[in-house]
Amino acid sequence: MRNSPRPPPSSEITASDLYVRRREFIKNGALFVATSAGLGAGLVNLSSLGSADPPAKPPTPPKPPPGAAPWQISKRGRFITNEAQTSYEDVTTYNNYYELGLSKSEPAEQGFRIKPRPWTVRITGEVKTPQTVDIDTLIRWFGLEERVYRMRCVEAWSMVIPWLGFPLADLLTRLEPTSRAKYVRFTTLFDPEQLPNEESHVLRWPYTEGLRIDEAMNPLAFMALGLYGSPLPGQNGAPLRLVVPWKYGFKGAKSLVEIRLQETEPETTWSQAGPNEYGFYANVNPAVDHPRWSQASERRIGELERRKTLPFNGYGEYVAELYRGMNLERYF
Amino acid sequence: MAKPRLNWLVPAVITGALVPFASIALRLYRHRLGANPVATGLNQVGLLALIFLVGSLCCTPLKIVFGWNWPLRIRKTLGLCGFFSALLHFSVYLVLDQNLALKAVLSDVLKRPFILVGFVALLLLVPLALTSTRRALQKLGFVRWQRLHRLAYVIGVLGALHFYLRVKADHTQPLLYASVIALGFALRIAASIQKARLMRLRAGLRAAGPGLS
Repeated sequence: MRNSPRPPPSSEITASDLYVRRREFIKNGALFVATSAGLGAGLVNLSSLGSADPPAKPPTPPKPPPGAAPWQISKRGRFITNEAQTSYEDVTTYNNYYELGLSKSEPAEQGFRIKPRPWTVRITGEVKTPQTVDIDTLIRWFGLEERVYRMRCVEAWSMVIPWLGFPLADLLTRLEPTSRAKYVRFTTLFDPEQLPNEESHVLRWPYTEGLRIDEAMNPLAFMALGLYGSPLPGQNGAPLRLVVPWKYGFKGAKSLVEIRLQETEPETTWSQAGPNEYGFYANVNPAVDHPRWSQASERRIGELERRKTLPFNGYGEYVAELYRGMNLERYF
Repeated sequence: MAKPRLNWLVPAVITGALVPFASIALRLYRHRLGANPVATGLNQVGLLALIFLVGSLCCTPLKIVFGWNWPLRIRKTLGLCGFFSALLHFSVYLVLDQNLALKAVLSDVLKRPFILVGFVALLLLVPLALTSTRRALQKLGFVRWQRLHRLAYVIGVLGALHFYLRVKADHTQPLLYASVIALGFALRIAASIQKARLMRLRAGLRAAGPGLS
């Protein structure tokens, strides 16, 4: 028996009740891990419904479609603010485009569904010759100009975006509006294949927006076809959208298929959805609050400090004249 | 059969409740919360508060329907998680969203119904959190303690309303939480009606004489 080990001292022998509880200990440990992991995962999912993370891979700028009109900046731009520009990633992953999804990140995931070519825009109503114009014809007619605008969303955040496009006034002048053309209505594409959330009824589709004719003729009113030098990605309103920098962002209707000149004020989607919250004019105005939140300040995307919101988003010297004598609390 | 001891349950709930906060912190650190991390964090923490509060209101209905006892053992934990999440939600709003602009916050609370509703819910949570200990229960006496803690229902409704009033167009989610709360109420009422009927029946039997009971 020289090789046999010595029996362990009694102090090292596991007490029998502990030995029996070993199973229970392991079982409870497993239950603990499973419960906390399951609850944790459930909570992460539930709490990020409606505010999911941006796509894991930042979007890459789309290339100009082949056979399209030459894609180059042909005009020296006006109205170029020298404020720091919001990053391409932020501009293209934080979007309100309900037709592509209700969260901020979903439009970037779904934007690829919009097929920007072939694309035509119907020009209708009070113009000399109503017609359907191809998107590339528009580029040939007017060329591409760069503008760097502040964009102030009604939700009290803002961006600085380098757009590419042409002044709306150029288009309207060429179309020769009749004397009855008092307003312009802009209509977004209605096609649930390309804009899947148009199957839902959260808003009335197709999205429509409008401007008074003198607003539309203002040199700041802009038809954008691109941003950061490249064609617009779907989530930003490919292939053609309206940009009116002195108004809240929702005025900038996206993926336009019709521009109609008319005598009466057009119905607009958001003011129909919430007439006391979103007006026809929707001029950026720190003095007139949204009923549910203040418009006095805003968060510039990428900054932590809030900044004061400027009347007409800082474009007052160009547009304030349009509203002289109007009660802007009433016509908000 | 021995009664299950379930001493792992409350620690597991607390650990699980911390996971979404760890996830938010990690995504913030890795710049994965998107272009407006303050808004995203504010929304997610607020939603977590509502989830915990609605969860704590689900405990009694779960016992009523399934006869389980374990939900009652985590009810307080869930309620406290709701309180701490609501407190964090308000702190994010106050510090990160509003940069401690107290005047703006005060006018927001007074002028905006949805902010007022959320703020009142947070205030009502304070006495519940303070009296959540066994000692407070003994000090107050069960009847008074229970009456005070019925405020939890009011808080749940205010939380869902706060969410409903905040949403821009799609009310699906707030309505979902509201209907869970409503279903819980319906079950509680049904159960108490049944209980009252049973008591009356028993009283009737007792009155009818000893031979019958």
